[in-house]
Amino acid sequence: MQIDPIELLVRALDLTILAYLREQFAEQPTALLIVNIVIVLTLATVPLLMVFVVGWTERKVLARMQDRIGPNRVGGRYGVLQMVADVVKMMTKEVIIPAGADRWAYLSAPVLAVMTSVLLFAVLPLAPAVIGVDLNVAVFYVLAISSVSVVAILLAGWGSNNKYALLGAFRSVAQLVSYEVPMILSILVPILLARSMSTIGLVEAQNIPFIVFVPVAALIFFVSSLAETGRSPFDLLEAESEIVAGFHTEYTGMYFGLFMAGEYIAIMFMCALFSTAFLGGYRFFGLEELTTTIMGYPFFVGNLIGAAALFIKSAIIFFIFMWLRGTLPRFRIDQLLNFNWKFMVPFSLVLLFTVAVLDKLIFVWFPDITDGGRALIHLASNLLIAAATIEILRRRIQRQRRALEPAVVAEATPDLEHAHAH
Amino acid sequence: MDNPIIVDYLPIFMLLLVALFFALLLPALSLLLGPKRSPKNAAPHKYIAYESGMAAIGEAQRRLPVKFYRIAVLFILFDVDIILLVPWAVTFRNLGFYGLAVMGVFMFLFILGDVWVWKKGILEWE
Repeated sequence: MQIDPIELLVRALDLTILAYLREQFAEQPTALLIVNIVIVLTLATVPLLMVFVVGWTERKVLARMQDRIGPNRVGGRYGVLQMVADVVKMMTKEVIIPAGADRWAYLSAPVLAVMTSVLLFAVLPLAPAVIGVDLNVAVFYVLAISSVSVVAILLAGWGSNNKYALLGAFRSVAQLVSYEVPMILSILVPILLARSMSTIGLVEAQNIPFIVFVPVAALIFFVSSLAETGRSPFDLLEAESEIVAGFHTEYTGMYFGLFMAGEYIAIMFMCALFSTAFLGGYRFFGLEELTTTIMGYPFFVGNLIGAAALFIKSAIIFFIFMWLRGTLPRFRIDQLLNFNWKFMVPFSLVLLFTVAVLDKLIFVWFPDITDGGRALIHLASNLLIAAATIEILRRRIQRQRRALEPAVVAEATPDLEHAHAH
Repeated sequence: MDNPIIVDYLPIFMLLLVALFFALLLPALSLLLGPKRSPKNAAPHKYIAYESGMAAIGEAQRRLPVKFYRIAVLFILFDVDIILLVPWAVTFRNLGFYGLAVMGVFMFLFILGDVWVWKKGILEWE
C-alpha cells in the first residue's frame, strides 16, 4: 500500500479524497476505520463552523432589510467576528439549571437537537462522487432523522419546569409534526420523477431541474421547510411577545448555543436539500463533469464547480428565507394548523397523485419522449392545478366574506357608487 | 465488513458518535469556563422558573389542553399512511395501472379522512 503524497494532495483539493482513501485502504479494516473517523470528523465540523458564517450573514442581511447596520464592531467594520464573540460570551456564562427541572431531560435536549442536525449532512451530495454515505434511502433517512428534533424540543419544554417553555414546546411540536405531512408528500414528487430515493439519484435525474417540472410541489416543499425549521412566518417557536422564548426560555450559556447551532444547521441543510431535490443540486450546465490533469494525476475541477453551484443555490434559498423573515408577520397557532390540515395536506396529495398519473401516461403514450417534453407537460398540469386552486380559494373567500358581513357590504356599496359617480 | 448494510451505516454510526462528542464538548467548555457558584450561596429566587418576574405558581409539568393531543394523534395517523406512499413513489412505474389505481383509492380515502377530521371540528382551536 503506497500513497503518493502529491496524489493525496490532488485528491484533497478536488474533494475526492474520501473515495480515494476508502479505495486505498479497502483491504485494511483498521486503517479504513481511521480514515472513516477522519472523514466523519470533517463532516461534523464543517456544518458547525458554517454556523458562524450563516449566523453572521443572517444578522447582517436582516439588519439591512430593517434599515439598520447590524454587527459592526467585532472584527473590523463589518463585524465578521460577531458570532465568535457571541460564542465566547455564551461559553463564559454560568450554566443554571432551574429548580424542579428534570435534569436528564433538560440537559439532553440541546445535545439531541444539535446531533440530529449534524447527522443530516451525511447524505448531502456536494459533487458527483462527493458524499458522506450514498444511501439508497437517503431521503427517508433525512425524514427519519429530522423527526427526532421534535423529541428534543419536547424534552426541553418538559424538562425546564417552566410554563412558557412547556407551552412553547407543545406549540412547536404541533407545528413541526403537522408540517411534516406536506413536506413528505411534496418531496415524494421529485422521488417519483427520479424513481430514486438516493440524493445522488435525485440529482442525476435532473437534466432539467425539477423546479421546472413541478414548481407547485417545490413551493409546497419550500413552505413546509420554512415551518419545519421554525422560520418566519412560522416562527411560533420564539413568539417572544407571548411565550418569552418558547421551549428554550430556561436555557443559559452554551446549552442555549447548542439549540441555536442546531437550528442554523437544520436551516442550512433544508436549503441544501431544496437545491438537491428541485434545483439540480451540484449540477451546473454540465460543468460539474469537467476534468483536467495536474502533475500527472486527473484533477476533477467539476467537483469544485459542483460544490460551488450547490453552495450558491443554497445561498439563494437561504436569502429567500431571510427575506421572508424580514417581510412577513407571524401566524397564529390556529391559523398555522388550519392552513396545514385544510389546505397543504389535501393539496399536496392531489398534486402527488396528478404527477403520478401524468408521468405514467406520458411514458405509455410517448415512450421515447425527451426530458423537455416531459417537463413541459408536467409544468402545464402544475400551473393548471395552481390556477384552479387559486380560483376555488378566491370563490370560497368571497362567499365567506359575503356571509359574514352582508350588512356591511350593503351599506358600503351605495356609498362607493355614489363616490364613483362624482 | 461484507455486509452492505454495515458498510453503508457504519459512517453514519460514527458520525453519530462524533456529533455526540461535539454536542457534549461545547457545554462542557461552558461548564469549565463559566463561573461556578454553589447553589447554597445563591439568592433564593435565582433558580426559580422564569414567570415574567412573578413568583412561580405551582409545577409547570401539568395537564395540557387536549387540542395538542388531537394534533399529535392526527399526525400519527397521517404519518403512518404516508409511509406507505414512500416505497410506492419509487417503484410505481413498474406496478402498472393496477398500482396506480390502488394508490388512487388509498389517497382518496386519505383525503376523505382529512375532510372528515375537518368537518368533525377536530381542527377547531377554541
